[in-house]
Amino acid sequence: MAVRDIDVAVVRRPDEASILMISGDIDADAEAALESAWHEAAAGARHVILDFTGTSYINSTGIALIVQLLANARARGIALTARGLSEHYRTIFEITRLADFMTIADV
Amino acid sequence: MSALTRPFRRRLRRGTPDSDAGHNVVAPVQPEPAPFEIAPEDPLLAYFQSVTGAVDIDTLELDGSAALQELKHAGVKLAVPLVSQGELIGVLNLGPRLSEQDYSSDDRKLLDNLAAQAAPALRVGQLVREQEAEAATRQRFEHELEVARLIQHHFLPRHLPDLAGWEVAAYYRPAREVGGDFYDVIPLSDGRVAFVVGDVTDKGVPAALVMSATRSVLRATVQRLIEPGEVLRHVNDHLCPDMPEKMFVTCLYALLDPRTGVFRFANAGHDLPYVKTDSGVSELRARGMPLGLMANMTYEENETVLAAGDCVLLHSDGIVEAHSPQRDMFGFPRLKETVGDAPGGQALIDRVLAEVEAFTGPDAEQEDDITMVALQRSAGVILDEFDIPSEVGNERGAIDRVEQAVRGLNLSAKRLENLKTAVAEATMNAMEHGNEYRRDRPVTIRVLYAPDALRVRVTDRGEAATLPGTETPDIERKLAGEQRPRGWGLFLIENLVDEARVTSSPGAHTLELVIQLGDTDGGT
Repeated sequence: MAVRDIDVAVVRRPDEASILMISGDIDADAEAALESAWHEAAAGARHVILDFTGTSYINSTGIALIVQLLANARARGIALTARGLSEHYRTIFEITRLADFMTIADV
Repeated sequence: MSALTRPFRRRLRRGTPDSDAGHNVVAPVQPEPAPFEIAPEDPLLAYFQSVTGAVDIDTLELDGSAALQELKHAGVKLAVPLVSQGELIGVLNLGPRLSEQDYSSDDRKLLDNLAAQAAPALRVGQLVREQEAEAATRQRFEHELEVARLIQHHFLPRHLPDLAGWEVAAYYRPAREVGGDFYDVIPLSDGRVAFVVGDVTDKGVPAALVMSATRSVLRATVQRLIEPGEVLRHVNDHLCPDMPEKMFVTCLYALLDPRTGVFRFANAGHDLPYVKTDSGVSELRARGMPLGLMANMTYEENETVLAAGDCVLLHSDGIVEAHSPQRDMFGFPRLKETVGDAPGGQALIDRVLAEVEAFTGPDAEQEDDITMVALQRSAGVILDEFDIPSEVGNERGAIDRVEQAVRGLNLSAKRLENLKTAVAEATMNAMEHGNEYRRDRPVTIRVLYAPDALRVRVTDRGEAATLPGTETPDIERKLAGEQRPRGWGLFLIENLVDEARVTSSPGAHTLELVIQLGDTDGGT
């Protein structure tokens, strides 16, 4: 499993939704990139989509980062959707109950 | 007085062996003579022993001799004591001569000669018959002991259960035909297996009888009560009222869950079992009084988890109490050392027996019953073993190595992904909590394959006695800021593998991840 440094692109849509296109691994190293992209995407948005299509590794530190995003989104009344999760990470979102607080979409 | 009466009886009873046997009537001239016995304290006995030659009964007077009265009453005229080597072995009793004349001195001489020659011959005949009777009795005892031995042998389990991933072996040899030791291996309906080793005080037949009672009560109790402390408590209460004085039973009762390796045990004063793990050999301790001494006892219950490669030896004191020709005892330290040196299972039993034989000498008589039950969790094959330095992100390297190692097992994609995440989390925990990211403390990872399971053992070099306990993560509390966002590692591991357990030894903690390999590759 090759280590892939994170790269997060923010795509704004006209319907007040932002998309976080996450490429690479979500672990301790992802914190800074994920946080700054999140603040950019969340500003003025009512709905943020986390796109995990380019992600093949999330560890427990990465889960903790996503919990922090989720907490921030809830505080700001922003709805979250996760899409592009592999079957394995979909299971992990269910085990951790992240799936209870965001919409899980296929693509 | 049997030596006296036996030949006598035979002689008089010609033709009708059982007539009037109880009446003690002498009737030498009657057609159906009956046996005649002289009571041991009757003065006639001493008299016959002291005289030589024929005695005139008519003229003999002895105070208080019932036998003499009987002889007179029966019409005996002449009695000729048969004496061999100073011992009275019979009497010839004669009625009146058919010619109605008195016995002449020639008659008496003839009778004396006859008695002198008949007495030794009679004695020889008696001895032969006595020996024959003794031989028959001995043979009957031997036969009965052999039957008892067979019955007792049937009390032992005929087959040891075949447990996937475990080797179970047992040995039993009584010091005599039958013994007071016993062992039992009882599969329970919930998949667990009970192991019992017991030892009744004393040996031989008395011990064997108590052993069979104990075993029966145990068997009847096990399926119903299951938990070791409860089983021993119940068996003790059952045995107490009927236990012979000065006898008791020591007994070790253990319950193995072959799936998890959890080994729960209680001990009624029996020799402590040994367990061999990665960190050496130790005793499995639990307190309790021997069975059958006092009712209303409680039995402490303890448990250990047997990991791959661990083995347990249950044993009876016939091993440690074996003596050398110099009268030294084999002793616990020697047994403990043997457990440490030998592989488990049958090989361990063989090694212990060889050590005991070497200690006592090959021709020594076995002093006490010897019983062993050896249990080993298969170590399996090491698929890979490697160290990784404790640096952030290095769990990725661990995942790759483990994935490579298990490639041949054809795990489903789902199980493989679960295992990889569990390995990553276990490695991260070891690097962070155990090794505190110190460069001199690598994490050791072993990948073990056995037919029943794949095991990945992740070992840190942490100095703390135990790893810090983690709070079960709760997403709602985390979102509310009541719990820190982190703390998911162990929770994920527990949800992704079939089993995860931590064992700690000085300077190391090992987290073992288990993926069951059964008929199906579904599961988690």
